[in-house]
Amino acid sequence: MNNIITIFKKELIGYIQSPMAYVVAASFFTVTGFFFVASVSDAFSEASIRGFLAGAVFFLVFLSPALTMRLLAEEQKLGTIELLMTSPIKEFEIVLGKYLASFTIMCLMLAGTLYYPIVLFIFGIPDLGPIFTGYLGLILYSATTLSVGIFASSLSSNQLLSLVVGSGILTLLTFIDFMSSRLPGFAGTILQQFQLGGSFSIFDTSSFGLAESGHFADFARGIISIYDIFFYISLSIIFIVSTILVLESRRWK
Amino acid sequence: MRTGWYVFMIKVSHMSKYYGEYPAVLDISFTVKEGETVGLLGPNGAGKSTTMKVLTGFTPPTSGEVSIGGFDITKNSFDVRKMIGYLPESVPLYSDMSVIEYLQFMAKIRGMKEGIVKRVNEVIEITGLEEYRKVLIGKLSKGYRQRTGIAQSIVHKPKVLILDEPTIGIDPVQVVETRSLIQSLGGEHTLILSSHILPEVSTICKRVLVIHDGKIVADDSPEILSKRLRSTQVCEISVTKTAKLDVIKLFRSQSYVVDIRTKADSNPSYNSFIIETSSTDSVEEKISKLIIENGLGLSKLVSLPLSLEEIFLQLTTD
Repeated sequence: MNNIITIFKKELIGYIQSPMAYVVAASFFTVTGFFFVASVSDAFSEASIRGFLAGAVFFLVFLSPALTMRLLAEEQKLGTIELLMTSPIKEFEIVLGKYLASFTIMCLMLAGTLYYPIVLFIFGIPDLGPIFTGYLGLILYSATTLSVGIFASSLSSNQLLSLVVGSGILTLLTFIDFMSSRLPGFAGTILQQFQLGGSFSIFDTSSFGLAESGHFADFARGIISIYDIFFYISLSIIFIVSTILVLESRRWK
Repeated sequence: MRTGWYVFMIKVSHMSKYYGEYPAVLDISFTVKEGETVGLLGPNGAGKSTTMKVLTGFTPPTSGEVSIGGFDITKNSFDVRKMIGYLPESVPLYSDMSVIEYLQFMAKIRGMKEGIVKRVNEVIEITGLEEYRKVLIGKLSKGYRQRTGIAQSIVHKPKVLILDEPTIGIDPVQVVETRSLIQSLGGEHTLILSSHILPEVSTICKRVLVIHDGKIVADDSPEILSKRLRSTQVCEISVTKTAKLDVIKLFRSQSYVVDIRTKADSNPSYNSFIIETSSTDSVEEKISKLIIENGLGLSKLVSLPLSLEEIFLQLTTD
């Protein structure tokens, strides 16, 4: 536990001191701002954060791996992983400490977007339920995307490669509706279960890019589904465990 | 086997390490007693770093057994890691941390619970980093980075200190300073250090293991090693018809001969000998002249390459 905290603190300070987190946050606020404004600026438009949620879900596909790409790739590049691995610290402590640091930064970033619902409350009468479940969904969704990102970061010493691999996996899980809708029968239904949240129809303004079949749809609607929570948490665990295994595999060779 | 109980601090038996098909280290065995300072000497690519990576538990050996403080490095890796301090050849450091932040971080990671602040200050003093304690590591010169690397390896007072080429790539003045720093650490830890320069090892270590092509080719004190190396040459001769003892006696009386021993020959009509000489210039000429003058019936005279000498040629020319 102490080791997790030590790693966590180091990474958190690393985030605060390096420009990456600020760049990611700035682009996140910019992009989600556009989506938010686009969704509420029409006359008679609905006072909801649905537009913001859709923008966030889509762009976290790129921004989460950007936030995590340094975490393990840099340790391998600098060779500092050799010192960590020869210290009395377990692999899961290294991975969890780093993961939690990136998750904390993500939560701070999400807290920054509370500006949007505040605007809604000032100028309209929004429904509190979907805002609450929307944020709950975003927290779970970002936890999943970060776990994919840290997994990609463990694969090589190249940060750019980990960004591409991480975004690649997440894009695949986002565009899955493109494939599942074209696959007949059972295979399509199975594939559909992996629809992360976003959709291939991101540029279709009527759906705001949130897949109807995806695990985010209910959260955006104001519904808390145990199945969706279970999906996000299990997927996060799968990728975190995979990351730990990738690190441990260095001891097997 | 009782774990945690030991006679030797480090025990390596028949350890091999393959990278794919390529053997980096081939069936090496050695032991190190507590408090010993041992130098691993060998040219680049000889297997020094690989041996150290195995000792620290970073990579497992392909075969053989390695234990540190009685703990098997693969089965009880965690216990081994508590005992060692390690500085890899590349001196990996986080460039965005200050010296003091980094050392405190490493002390915690290495399992220290109490007295971290005090110990870090102590180590900063030992390694002469007082002026740079608040400086970002990325801004330090190579020599000071090296000191920071050494500082992190000793901060938790490890029983075994493993330093891989600790003076490579720093300027001559800093080399001298770093050497004396390492020398001063020798007393407190069991120290293993690798180098490809003989003088470096001989100033710090009381024992030298020479590694070449993944094998240990010599294990001696630096004095004896240097003595053996100082211009010696080995020749093999075959002579006919003479009693072995006479030949030995004759050669022993020559001032340039260090040693002579018989060698079994497949042809029974010859007597073969290995002669070790102290000088290298025109030894063959002297030997052949001696054999002919004494009518021993010279049939063969070959100058043998001394493998160790070849290696040291690479070692002594930096």
